[in-house]
Amino acid sequence: MVELTIDGIKTRVSEGTTVLEAASEMGITIPTLCYYHGLSCYGECRVCLVEVVKGDRSSLEASCTLPVEQGQVILTDSEKARKARKVIVELLLASCPNSKTLQDMAANMGINKIRFKIKDRGCILCGRCVRYCKEQMKSGGIGFVGRGTSRRVATAFDVTPEECRNCGGCEWICPVCEKACMAESLIDGLCGGCQNLAPVETCLVCTGCSESVGPQGHRVYK
Amino acid sequence: MVNDYEKVKAIVDRYGGKHASVIAILQDVQSEYHYLPEHALRAVAGQLRLPLIQVCGVATFFKAFSLKPRGEHTVTVCLGTACHVRGAPAVLDEAKRQLGIEPGNTTDDMRFTLETVNCLGACALGPIVVVDDEYQGQMGPRKVKKVLNKYKKTPRDRRHAEIVVSS
Repeated sequence: MVELTIDGIKTRVSEGTTVLEAASEMGITIPTLCYYHGLSCYGECRVCLVEVVKGDRSSLEASCTLPVEQGQVILTDSEKARKARKVIVELLLASCPNSKTLQDMAANMGINKIRFKIKDRGCILCGRCVRYCKEQMKSGGIGFVGRGTSRRVATAFDVTPEECRNCGGCEWICPVCEKACMAESLIDGLCGGCQNLAPVETCLVCTGCSESVGPQGHRVYK
Repeated sequence: MVNDYEKVKAIVDRYGGKHASVIAILQDVQSEYHYLPEHALRAVAGQLRLPLIQVCGVATFFKAFSLKPRGEHTVTVCLGTACHVRGAPAVLDEAKRQLGIEPGNTTDDMRFTLETVNCLGACALGPIVVVDDEYQGQMGPRKVKKVLNKYKKTPRDRRHAEIVVSS
């Protein structure tokens, strides 16, 4: 058993678990994107960054691939971690503005502007589909080809591979293909997230501002 | 094609059919064909019992591998900062003029492939041109023709000359 502190709460978990799993056992939610229960941890998207405090210093680590250590001090919701996550989600949205998952995430994090040039690539290279095909379907029909800016998910020689069983799992698990954002127009690359259609519950005294961007985007007057 | 399959099999067997040696295998296949033909990649994947896409992923990741047929000799012009200030663009222009192709392409007679690179780490020798594995330092536009002529006649050295499966 390993003892560590997450957000000031001491906990004991068995060795080999990741910080993300330890936090979710305690009921602390860390936003994730490329992480998917049942698939291997990949650490590609960096949305699940947490702050790891070591003495006077702290570093940002992807919690889905970070194994727990004795005496570790983790901050999941610190200013530094939130800021870093915001930038990452903005970057991901800039390359994929039509993803409902990302738009909702942006709304939850209180992002109100994409500061980067929007260039729709239709894929965020999270690798969910690749891992699903390989690990759950035991097929390995799709994978990454190329590198750097020309990296993409593809089949070998762009033909349907023999291994493919047309299960459709790659589309089902994709945070962009399956959950496309249907907003007609984006303002600063954002649609505001679908939960904005419903009243925001966490806002105690809603002033009815028209520019609400989700629960954390609201200014709560007390 | 059967002969080709055996060629690939001989290369794979040299490395004991280990998954970890896929890069080394592809290097040998490339030196055999000058590029990675589709059937060879399929043969490698089949021999190693790996999904084809995994082999393709490795083949497309490294710049050293090419899925397009390449010429007998590869001419690589360094365009790094040090070479650039010493006149590499003029060398490249001369190489383009001499070969009649743009970087990344191969001459019609399949003799030369022209490529550029951003730095070779041999800045003291700049401007530098690499033909096959030979470094030609202190290049100038006037020397390009001489160097190319030298290679026009000679065939490329094979990485492992002994891998020849008789028909």
